[in-house]
Amino acid sequence: MNQFKEIAYNGLWKQNSGVVQLLGLCPTLAVTTTAVNGLSLGFATALVMAASNGAVSPVRRFVPSEIRVPVFILVIAALVTVIDLAIHGFAEPLHKVLGIFIPLIVVNCIVLARVESFAAKNPPAPAMWDGFMMGIGLTLVLGLLGGIREIVGKGTLFSGLDLAFGASFKPYVLTIIPDYNGFLLAILPPGAFLGLAGLIAARNWAELRKTATPSLPADVSSSALKPAN
Amino acid sequence: MSETILKHASKTAITLIAFAVVFTALLAFIFQITKLPIEKSEAAARLSLFRQIVPQAMHNNDLLKDTVTIAPSDLLGNKQPTIANRARINNEPAAVIIEAIAHDGYSGDIKLLIAIKADGSISGVRVLSHKETPGLGDYIDIAKDDWIKLFDNESLLKTADSAWKVKKDNGKFDYMAGATITPRAVVKAVHKALQYFEANKQALFA
Repeated sequence: MNQFKEIAYNGLWKQNSGVVQLLGLCPTLAVTTTAVNGLSLGFATALVMAASNGAVSPVRRFVPSEIRVPVFILVIAALVTVIDLAIHGFAEPLHKVLGIFIPLIVVNCIVLARVESFAAKNPPAPAMWDGFMMGIGLTLVLGLLGGIREIVGKGTLFSGLDLAFGASFKPYVLTIIPDYNGFLLAILPPGAFLGLAGLIAARNWAELRKTATPSLPADVSSSALKPAN
Repeated sequence: MSETILKHASKTAITLIAFAVVFTALLAFIFQITKLPIEKSEAAARLSLFRQIVPQAMHNNDLLKDTVTIAPSDLLGNKQPTIANRARINNEPAAVIIEAIAHDGYSGDIKLLIAIKADGSISGVRVLSHKETPGLGDYIDIAKDDWIKLFDNESLLKTADSAWKVKKDNGKFDYMAGATITPRAVVKAVHKALQYFEANKQALFA
């Protein structure tokens, strides 16, 4: 059980794909104009990651290492298409909002990264859990970034909820700042970079504070930056 | 040596093919079971969009089935043939819903859906897709602002050709400070669509 706890901790905080590994920046920056957009794409990614890790792990011994990347890509692409079709068929408004970004999950390198580095070496249960937790870690970042950009840029929170889940969710769309004229920069792409920078800084600060309390030496490797897509 | 490579390659290829077959089968299966829901939800989404510009009371035919293909035209800005939907009351023409594309927006094409009544007046206009600047030019979208409703009941009879411009260009249409190019493009596209309707009225309802 301890292993599962550690996987969760890794995915949500220590190796968070959004603010630590900096993998999968394409959706992080492009989709997070509102909290709802960020969260929905995050969940779709988490679902794909859990499914692709779960699909690769049981067959990991049958995949020769020289063709493992093509096989992984095939698996991921197939699962993304399944999710794309399902959303299109059963949640049309959500598909309209996320439409072009869902196929892009295929090339989100965090998905392949987890399949390659975790699912290919571990049994199915922890592998699925790892994919899901990594995905949820990304979802949190996307939701947070989307929320910040939406509040600063438009003065609302959860706008589009009624579009995605039906008119009965309209009351949950919050107007944080009434009569707000909006701050365009937050909505445009530069706002995404600035917001993400703020989140990374906040996370590093929290991590530093934690490790600065003199007990154990800081874990250097976890904060090492890796190239992003 | 080369034989072992070949042998190895074919063995690996078979593994790859096995994966391809299994996952293609999965895709084909999911495609089959989602085909109908997707068609249904797309039709429902289209119809609810039509409902905004052609009220229920204005027709008693099936909007989605009564269509006519429109050849590419400079007045509509379409480079490929598009489908227009027709509203009728007891088989008498009531309105036609046509797509028009404005190529002169601030960034990229602005796709419009325009419903024109049989008498040549506009029943309603909606923006299907656009890439205008969020917060500046995107007030043409009904989700952001009611600006697009300015066109309701407009017609070539009501407004002279020279007045089909934004106020800044001495026309009659309001616009919002900070973005003139966007409404200019929309006004022009709607105006041209009306001209297209006048010229092709017979063919549109044929």
